[in-house]
Parts: sequence; C-alpha cells; structure tokens
Amino acid sequence: MRQILSVLVNNQPRVLARVASLIGQRNFNIESISVGETENPSFSRMVIVTRGDLPTITQVAKQLNKLIDVIQVEQLEKEQTVERELMLIKVEVPPDKRTEITGIIEPFRASIVDVSPQSLVVQVTGEPSKLEAMIELLRPYTILEVARTGITAVARGSVKKAAVL
Amino acid sequence: MAPQVETSMIQLVEREAEKRELTGSEILLRSLIREKVEVIFGYPGGAVLPIYDHLYKGKIRHLLARHEQGAIHAADGYARATGKPGVVLATSGPGATNLVTGIATAMLDSVPLVCITGNVAQNLLGTDAFQEADITGITMPITKHNYLVRDVKELPSIVKEAFIIATTGRPGPVLIDIPKDVSNAKAVFSYPVELEIPGYKLPGKPDPAQLEKLYAAISEAKKPVILAGGGVVSSGAADELREFAEKSGIPVATTLMGLGGFSGNHPYWLGMPGMHGTYAANHALLECDLLIGIGVRFDDRVTMGRIDEFATRARIVHIDIDPAEIGKNVSTWTSIVGDVKTVLQAVNQNVLQSDSQAWFEKLQTWRKDHPLVYQDNSPYLKPQWVIEEIYRSTWGEAIISTDVGQHQMWVAQYYRFHHPRSLLTSGGLGTMGFGFPAAIGAKLGVPDRPVIAVTGDGGFQMTSQELALLTLENIPVKVAIINNRYLGMVRQWQEVFYEKRYCDVDLTGGPDFLKLSEAYGIRAWRAKTKEEASQAWKEAMEHPGPAVVDFWVDPEENVYPFVAPGSRLDEMVMGDE
Repeated sequence: MRQILSVLVNNQPRVLARVASLIGQRNFNIESISVGETENPSFSRMVIVTRGDLPTITQVAKQLNKLIDVIQVEQLEKEQTVERELMLIKVEVPPDKRTEITGIIEPFRASIVDVSPQSLVVQVTGEPSKLEAMIELLRPYTILEVARTGITAVARGSVKKAAVL
Repeated sequence: MAPQVETSMIQLVEREAEKRELTGSEILLRSLIREKVEVIFGYPGGAVLPIYDHLYKGKIRHLLARHEQGAIHAADGYARATGKPGVVLATSGPGATNLVTGIATAMLDSVPLVCITGNVAQNLLGTDAFQEADITGITMPITKHNYLVRDVKELPSIVKEAFIIATTGRPGPVLIDIPKDVSNAKAVFSYPVELEIPGYKLPGKPDPAQLEKLYAAISEAKKPVILAGGGVVSSGAADELREFAEKSGIPVATTLMGLGGFSGNHPYWLGMPGMHGTYAANHALLECDLLIGIGVRFDDRVTMGRIDEFATRARIVHIDIDPAEIGKNVSTWTSIVGDVKTVLQAVNQNVLQSDSQAWFEKLQTWRKDHPLVYQDNSPYLKPQWVIEEIYRSTWGEAIISTDVGQHQMWVAQYYRFHHPRSLLTSGGLGTMGFGFPAAIGAKLGVPDRPVIAVTGDGGFQMTSQELALLTLENIPVKVAIINNRYLGMVRQWQEVFYEKRYCDVDLTGGPDFLKLSEAYGIRAWRAKTKEEASQAWKEAMEHPGPAVVDFWVDPEENVYPFVAPGSRLDEMVMGDE
C-alpha cells in the first residue's frame, strides 16, 4: 500500500543522507522523496512516498523518530491530502507541430516554459497519475528528457493535524 | 576541610584560565573534564595531534591501545562494567575506520560511548586528502547520532549533547568528528549547563491504564513467564525485577544480554532461552500464556526467527524504552514504553500474586529433569568444566568478558551470574576480539572486582596486541583462553550442517600463547588436565599482576542444547545426555 509521510527535520547538512540511509538500512523502499525549507529556516520538510502495510509504515515512522534531526513524523491519509508533483518534459517538436502540442497540453493546464527551433519544454503539475498520462500523450513525439520532483503534500484544510506517528 | 579549600582554589584558577580564548583541543578536554571523564582510550595520529598536545598536560588519564579496535572495545568494557560512558579518541582516516567494528558492537548492545575522531582540516575535506575518511557518513547507521564539528564555537554544546544522547534513553555510541583546523581554532570557552535537544524524545512515566492492563493480564494468566534482557542491566533495574518476579510469582528467563540482571541463584530463574538455551526456558517461552518481555528485543537468537511458532498461545506484554522495538519483531498484546526501572517501580506498587502455582511446579520439574549437561569422560579437559572451575574460584562475583563463539555460550551456560554488569559480551553484533580489550576497560572502571577475559584461541588473536597495555599499565586482568585449536563454533556448524567438511577452521600451529604472553612480560600457564587446570588457575588468580592461562580443551566439544536456525525453540538437540 502506498503511504505518504511528512517529516519535519532540522535544516542541517546531511539530514537527507541520514533519512535516506536509515530507510535503506531498514530494508524499506522509497518511491520518492522531496525536501525543502519550511517557513522557519531552521526546519525542512521531507515528503516521503513509500510502500508497505500499516505495521511496516509504523516501524518506518518509529525508526525515523529515533533520528535526532527528525522533529516530527506525520502520516498523510490519501483522502485528506493534497499531493502535487511537478514535471518538466522536453519534446522534439518541429515548428509546424507546435499548435498540436498546445492542444494536447491545454486540458492538463500545463504550460510551455521554453521554446527552441526544434524542441519545447512543457511544465505540468499535479498528481503522479496526471503526469504519467501527459508522458503517454507526448510519447508519439520524441521525448528528449523528463525531470520530476517527486511528490510533495500537505493535509487538507479541514484536517488540523495529520496522524502523528 | 582542607581538600575542599584546595578544590575551590583549583576551580578558581581554572575559571580564570577559561576567561582567555582557548583552542578547540583545550575546549574539548575541558568539556570532557566537565563530563567527569576519568579515562580515555585512544591512539594518536596527525589529525589529533593538537588534542594529544593538550592530553600531554595530563588532566585526564589516556591509555594508549595498540590498535584503535582495542581502544574502543576497552572503552566499551569500561562503559558496560561501570554504566558510565566510555570515551575513545582516534585520528582521521584509518584511525577512524578502525573504530567502526567497535561502534557497531556498542550500537547493537546499546552501550554509551563517545567516540572522538580527528579529521583533515575543512579546506581539505572532500578532496581525498591524506588520511581522510568520511567517518560521519560511514558511521551514520551504526551511531545513535554523530557530528562533524564545523565551528569551534559549537564544540562545547556538541560535546554536551553527545554525552546526553549517549547516556540517556536507550544508550548508544555517539561520534564527534573534529577537523584539525577546528582543534586549532580559538574561542572563549563556556560549557552549557542545560541543553534542549528539539528532536530528541525520551519516554515519560508509564500510563496508569497500561499498568492496569498488565495487572489484568497477570491476574488472568495461568502460565506467565518473564523474559528479561539487557535493558534490565542498563537501566539498573535488577532489584526492581527481583521484586516484580517475587511479588507476582512469575519465573524469569534471561537473555544473553540479561544475564546477571536476575540472579542465577534465584529459584525463579529458568536460565537463558534461545539457540543454546535451557530446556526449561525454551519450553516456557513456547507454552506460556503470558510473556512479559522486559528490556528485550526478541532477537532471532531467542525466537529462532520463527515468529509463527513463538509464544503462540501467549499474550505478549512488551516493556522497553525504545518505542521502535515494540512490534518490530513480534506482535504485542500490549506494551509499556519507558525506562525499565521506572516502569517496574510503578508496576511493583500494586502488582499481585499470579495464580500460577501448577505452572511454576512444572517449570521446576523441567529444570530438575533437564539440566545443562556435558559428558566428562574423554581424556581431554572439558571447556564446560573449565568455566565451572572459574565460577568456583570467584563464586559469581567476578566480571567476566567473553569473545564470541562456543566459549561465549559455555560462559553463559555454566557461569552463574548473580549481579548485573558482570557479563560483558558482544551479544548483538557477535564481535570476535571484543572480550580481551573489554576486560581491560572493565578493570580500569571497577578495580576492586576480579576481571576475567574468557576468550577463544581464535578471538584472542584478533586483539591480543593489547597484552602490551596489561604490562605497561600493570592492569591485573586474568585471561582464560579456551583453546580448542579450532574456530569452534564454525567447526560445530560445519560438523552439523556441512557433514564435517571442516574448511578453514583449524587453528593448530597458531602461536604458543605462553611465549606470546611472555613476550609481553606477562606470566602465563598452560593446562591440559583438570589437575593442571585447577593449579594453574589458582596460581594465576593469586598472582598479583596480569595472567594468561591457556586451557587446552577437547577440540571437538559442541555446545548443547542446540536449536538449528529456522527450527522451533523446543526442537532442541540436547547433546550428550
């Protein structure tokens, strides 16, 4: 089962290494991990997507809590979570096909962020499934490069606080 | 009165000295003094030269090991025997990497260590400089926490934090890596009195509701058993455990790490369970209807990795300081997270006698009918007999350290431990070479108790260079080599599981341990019969200085009982019955 953990950590050198090392050491999988500073520059937030049943995820959270640099671990419930990922996708497109591309990406509310004579860079944001659909639609053109951030997520407004593990 | 005046004068002078700017090295040593560090085990090198230059002034005793691994195991033995943190100091690169086995050893057995390493100056970090190793990266998974000190101003609070983290909660090793430029940089020294560590959580007092649940379980149980582990020893809860067992009438099995946490002479004691456990302990764990695990982690040497067959009829109540241990290996019926001593003190206030007399009598029968046995009928000296002889000479009052393998199990089986902090053994990592240096550290920490390193002819050779320390510092550790001319435990497995295809386990022709000891100026004896063994051991114990006794024992003796990996706990090969 896919699980999302939101982990508040000290904004210190090597904290990402500590977290990634621990998850590897304990034989858990990481699907994606994203990190950024919070509103308080002393802390960063990591959003970790992993797979496992409830005992496994509880064990991941408990082990993360043992790291001194981990301040808090929350489990985000799928239904009560806004999750987003950003993708940049570079496609080989001759000038005469650009309008086709515009037509494809419009329903995705994606945008073209770079144009060169033979290629375009499309930026798209959303849940991972949306990003995958975008890739499939652009596959008939030549995809030159894909870069994804991994998901980041927060609990929805009505939820005061996610489950603290 | 006079000494007090003297102390305050010294303090005054010290305080005065600290008003000027000090180097990182001096700040480090003053911080260690503030932490009441008496002894450092270490080995110098380029990156720690500034630190050694301050050690030269002699305010803390430093013991020069002959290998960093010896230094860290000695610090570990000191910590296990005293309960105080052990401190080890090594240089960058190979000095630091030589600590790795010792750090992992301490991590798996929850031993408080503060490991200080030097590193190359910060302008060289990351350039593959001479003797550079990323020791904070390397030790991330085997330390409770580690630090790379980037600014001399942070050093006092980092040292303070390191000692807090190493010694509180579930203890463990902490590493502080200090680049050479930080050791040389100057700052005004101010040692923090208190320190907040935001991400560091310690459990509080047990919840009354959880205690009620435990009481209910005890009152409903007909076949309760306590499994006590290293947590009892490290939290200093031996008295509380005895009170709990006696008040509730529940018998106690102690894991390898728990030996001494409950007296081996107590009528409630069932022995050690697991791969080489007693009949009574193993059967009790399988048949019980209530299993109270106290300061244990249900390691695979106890459960045999057969969770599906482990205590299947029991409610498992797990008491441990580390929340991550709850539910890690076995599913629990309920749990109490907290310091074992604190929890047991609370439990003991209202605990009632369990209704388990029939069960208790059954266990006593098992104990009586299935004791540990060995056949003492060959011309060879039997290793079990040697352990019994060591026990008879000390009556359980000694501190015994061991290496890893057959002799370790024989010590666990045949030496009766009556006090906590009496068995120093690498239970989790299973580190050969641990026992002898650990004994050195233990003797320094606890000089008034006899300290005996029981080791094998294999393990002893991994750190025997530390014999130099015994002579030069005149540390009266006694070494008992259980010499079977084999890597005995590996040989036993090759005998049982690989049809006696003995491959690379034969140690015959290894060094003459008498000559080796004598080369270091240490008196040594050799014994091949009971008479020789008794005489040699008596003389060695009476000898005022360090001593080595080389016991030549039956080379093909096996450790029994023996439960094969993957078998159920009661599928025991009982051996030479």
